[in-house]
Amino acid sequence: MNNPNNATITTVHTAEFTAGDALKIPTLRILRDDGSLYEGAVAPELDKATALKMYDTMVFIRVLDERMLAAQRQGRISFYMQCLGEEAATVGSAAALDDKDMIMAQYREQGALRYRGFTLEQFMNQLFSNEKDLGKGRQMPVHYGSKDIYYMTISSPLGTQIPQASGYAYAQKLRGLSNTTICYFGEGAASEGDFHAGLNMAAVHKAPVIFFCRNNGYAISTPANEQFVGDGIACRAVGYGMKALRVDGADILAVYQATKMAREHALATNEPVLIESIAYRLGAHSSSDDPSGYRSKEEEEKWRQNDPIARFRLWLLEKGWLNEADDKATIEKLRTEILDALKVAEKVAKPGIEHLISDVYAEPIAALQQQLDELKAHIRKYPDAYPVTAGRLD
Amino acid sequence: MAKMNMLQAINNALDLAMAKDDGVVCFGEDVGHFGGVFRATSKLQEKYGKARCFNTPLTEQGIAGFANGMAAQGMKPVAEIQFADYIFPAFDQIVNETAKFRYRSGNEFNVGGIVFRSPYGGGIAGGHYHSQSPEAYFAHTPGLKVVIPRDPYQAKGLLLASIADPDPVIFFEPKKLYRASTGEVPEDYYEIELGKAEVTQQGKDITVLAWGAQMEIVQKAVEMAEQDGISCEVIDLRSILPWDADTVAASVKKTGRLVINHEAPLTGGFAGEIAATIQKMCFLHLESPIERVCGMDTPYPLALEKEYVADHLKTYEAIKRSVNF
Repeated sequence: MNNPNNATITTVHTAEFTAGDALKIPTLRILRDDGSLYEGAVAPELDKATALKMYDTMVFIRVLDERMLAAQRQGRISFYMQCLGEEAATVGSAAALDDKDMIMAQYREQGALRYRGFTLEQFMNQLFSNEKDLGKGRQMPVHYGSKDIYYMTISSPLGTQIPQASGYAYAQKLRGLSNTTICYFGEGAASEGDFHAGLNMAAVHKAPVIFFCRNNGYAISTPANEQFVGDGIACRAVGYGMKALRVDGADILAVYQATKMAREHALATNEPVLIESIAYRLGAHSSSDDPSGYRSKEEEEKWRQNDPIARFRLWLLEKGWLNEADDKATIEKLRTEILDALKVAEKVAKPGIEHLISDVYAEPIAALQQQLDELKAHIRKYPDAYPVTAGRLD
Repeated sequence: MAKMNMLQAINNALDLAMAKDDGVVCFGEDVGHFGGVFRATSKLQEKYGKARCFNTPLTEQGIAGFANGMAAQGMKPVAEIQFADYIFPAFDQIVNETAKFRYRSGNEFNVGGIVFRSPYGGGIAGGHYHSQSPEAYFAHTPGLKVVIPRDPYQAKGLLLASIADPDPVIFFEPKKLYRASTGEVPEDYYEIELGKAEVTQQGKDITVLAWGAQMEIVQKAVEMAEQDGISCEVIDLRSILPWDADTVAASVKKTGRLVINHEAPLTGGFAGEIAATIQKMCFLHLESPIERVCGMDTPYPLALEKEYVADHLKTYEAIKRSVNF
C-alpha cells in the first residue's frame, strides 16, 4: 500500500460493487451441547485447577445473579443486572489472561471480575453502597471496580471504555509491560462513536488491546437486526485493519482458546484484536426491564437450552474432574454463603458525609469544604430528615 | 379533560403532533415497538408505522446528527435521548450543528423543526449517570431553546409548542414525575407559549423560583414558610432559554426578595444567570441578597443523595434567611 491514500489499488475497468456482505467470518466452536468435542476440534490446554476455577466462577455468578435479582425484587437493593447465558464469555476470556492484564468492562462482566478474585464481601458492599464499598457508595449496583485486581471501575455511559482501553494498552506498551488490556462491550455499544474512534486509534497506534464484543442479541429492547445491517461486529475490525475472531460465546473452551490466541498476537505484535462472542442475553437487560414487551417466551426457552454452564459441566464430568454429588453440595453451600454475606452487608453503615466531597478533586477545593460545612450545620438543625448521616457528623 | 400522568400527557402530545403533521417523526433508542424505556412513545409505531416511529442504533451522536439532517430537509424530528446523562456524545451535533445551522448559513438552511426530548433529574436512586440536570450547558448555547415542564398539563402544552416552534428545542422531562405527577389534561391540541414563566402562586414577601421537578419541592418549603406568616410568590420558569426575566423582575420588584432553586450544581448553574440579571433589573427594590438553593458542586451521589439535594428544608431555610436578612 505504498501510495498517499494508504489504500490498495487493484485496477478494474468495469464498475463493480463490493457487496456489503462480502466478508464472512467463521465462528469457532469446540464444545458441543452434550459436553463432547466437535469433530476435528481440539480442546485448549487446560489444567484441572484452572478448569475447575472457571467452572466454579460460572456457578458462583449464576447463583449470585439469582440471589441478587431476588434481593432487588424484595426491595433490598435498588437495581441489578444479570449475565445469565453469558457466563462462559466473560469467565472463559478472563481465564485466558494474565492476572495483571487490565480489564475494562461494560457492566455485565461479573464473571471476569469474580475470576480475578473479587470477593463475595466486595460484591455485596458495592451492591449495598455501604461504607466498605471500594467505590464509596457512589454508583448504582453492579458498577464494580478494583485497582488491586486490575479491573477498571464501570461507567454507565456505553462505549466510553473502548477508546480508553486503546489508550491504556498503548501506555502499557510504552511502559514496556508484557500485559494487555481487554475491553468488553456489547453489540449495541458498538454503535457508539467511541467504538469506531477506539478501534481506529488502537489500530493506527498499535495498542495491544483485545476488544471483546459480547454480541448477545439485544440492546435493552432493540434486537441486533435493528442495531446494524452488516455481518455481526467482527467484520468491522477488518475494516480497521485488525485481526478478528468470532466464537460461540456459550462455549467456554472456544472463548478461552480465542482469547489466548488474541492475547499472544496482541503482545507479540502490539496489534489490537477483536473477538466477537455470539451468545444470548437470557435475562432482562436489568431489573428495570421486562423483556415480555419485546420478545417471546419461546425464543427465550430455545436459548435456555444453550446453557454455557451445563455444557462445560458435562465436559468436566466426562473428564472425571467433577462429580455430581460435590457439584450439588457446592451450589447449596453457595446459596447459604451469599445470603449470609448479603445480611451482613445490608447492615453496614452508608459512607460518611465527608465522602460527599472527597474525590471530586485530589483535595476538596475551598468552595466544596464550605458547602460541606453549611450542610453539616443544616443537618444538625434537622437531624430527623437525614437519618443516614445525622448521628455521625464529626 | 382526562386524568393523565406525565408520560401519558407526553405520549398524547406526540400522538396529536404526528396526526396533525406528517413531518413529525419520533425516534431514539428503544422508542419503536417497545415504546421507549419509560414508554413515552408507546403505541406510536403501531399507529403511524415504522417509518415515522422507530428504534435507532445505540448512538446519541448519530441520533442528533440524523435529526439535524431530517430537520434540514424540512421535517420535524422529535428525537429521544434515553437519559439526559447520555446526551453528551451528541453535544457536538447539538451545540455546533443544531444551534448554529440557521446562523452559519445566513438562514439558507435551518433545523428549526427539531425537538430533543430527554428525561433528566434525580430522586430515583440513579447515581451520577441517571440523575443529572444538564440544562445549563445548553442554556449557554445561543440558537437553542430549553424547556422543562412541571406537570402533565404543562408537559403536553409545552411539548406541542416546542414541536411547532420554528427553532430547535431541548425538552427535558423530569423523570421522577413521569408516573408520580398526575392531573387533568385536555384531550385536544393546545400549546403553552414558550419563553413565558408562570406565577403559580401570588404572594407579597418573597419570590421563590424553580422549574421541573423542583416545583413540588419549593411548594413544600413555601407551605412551611406560610406557617411562619411569610407570604410567598411562586414562579415556574418553564423555559430556561429564552427565559422570562420580565415576569421574574415584576415579581421581585413587588416582593423585594428572591430564592432560586435548581437540582443542578450551584457553580455555573442557571440560577447564577438569573441572579445576575435580576439584581440589575431590581437593584433598588432588593431587600436581601438573592439566595440560590442548588445541588452541591459534586457529581450527583447515590448513598448520600438525600444530603446532597436542594430539598424543601434547605429551601425553607433560604426563605427565612432572606426574609430575616
